Amino acid sequence: MVKVSVDLLDNYCLIQVDGEVDASSSIHLDEAMQKAVDASCPNVLVDCSKLNYISSAGLGVFMSYIQEMEAKEKKLILFNMSEKVYKVFEILGLHQLLSIVDTEQEAKKELVG
Amino acid sequence: MTYSFKVPCCKDRLQSIRDFVNNILSSYNLSDVDAHQLVLAVDEVCANLMIHSHHCNPSENIELKIRVEHGRGITFEIRDEGNGFNFCEYREPDLNEIIGTKRKGGVGLMLVRRIMDKIEYDCCAKKHHNIYRLRKSLNFTPKDNL
Repeated sequence: MVKVSVDLLDNYCLIQVDGEVDASSSIHLDEAMQKAVDASCPNVLVDCSKLNYISSAGLGVFMSYIQEMEAKEKKLILFNMSEKVYKVFEILGLHQLLSIVDTEQEAKKELVG
Repeated sequence: MTYSFKVPCCKDRLQSIRDFVNNILSSYNLSDVDAHQLVLAVDEVCANLMIHSHHCNPSENIELKIRVEHGRGITFEIRDEGNGFNFCEYREPDLNEIIGTKRKGGVGLMLVRRIMDKIEYDCCAKKHHNIYRLRKSLNFTPKDNL
C-alpha cells in the first residue's frame, strides 16, 4: 500500500511517497510523476522519508521520466531516503543517474545551483 | 528450519509475501539492508511469475519455501505450474536503453541477480512444475542465541 501526494508550489512540485511501492502500487507513483511533469512548475522534488520499500516497478517509474524531464529542462531531485531504500537504487547504479540528496534543504539548494 | 507459504497470483498479494519473508528474517541477526534486499529478491521473482507466467490469474498459485541453514545461508524456493521462465537464459538489458525507451519494467531480474549468490531454474522435476531457487550465503544466527 502506498499513498502519494502532489503539491504544486511556485518553484517546484513536491511529491510525498508514504508506504511501499511495488508491482501493484507503482501506478500511483506513476500518476503522481506524470502530474508533476505535466504541471507548469519547473522542478520536481520527491520526499522519500516515508518510502519504506521500492521494487523494480517503482525504480522503473523514476527511470521512465528521466528523458522527459531532461527534455523539459526540469530537475528531478529525491531526498530523505532511508539507507535500505538508497541501497536498492545503488544496486543498479541509479544513484548516479538520478539526483538523490539527504535533506529537503539540500534539494532546494540544488534548484538554485 | 523450513517455512512455507502459498498465494494466489494477484499482485496485491505481494505485500503478504513480503510480510511472510520479513517475519521469518526478523528472528535472525541480519542487518536491515540485507533483510530488505532478500525480501526484494523474492518479491521480484514472485511479481514476475504472477504477471508474465500467470497473467495475474487468481485461480493459479505460487508457493514459496524458505530454508534457513544456521551460520551458512538461506534458500528461497519458489514453485509454480505452467510455462516456466528460464532465469539462467535471461540477458541483462542495457539501462540506458530502458531509459531511452521509457519502459517501466525490465530491471527486476537484474536486481535479483545482483542480490543473490546463486539462481537456479528447474523445470524438469515434473512436467509443467517449475522450481526457482535463490540462494544467499550469509551468517544466519537466531536472535535467541545471543
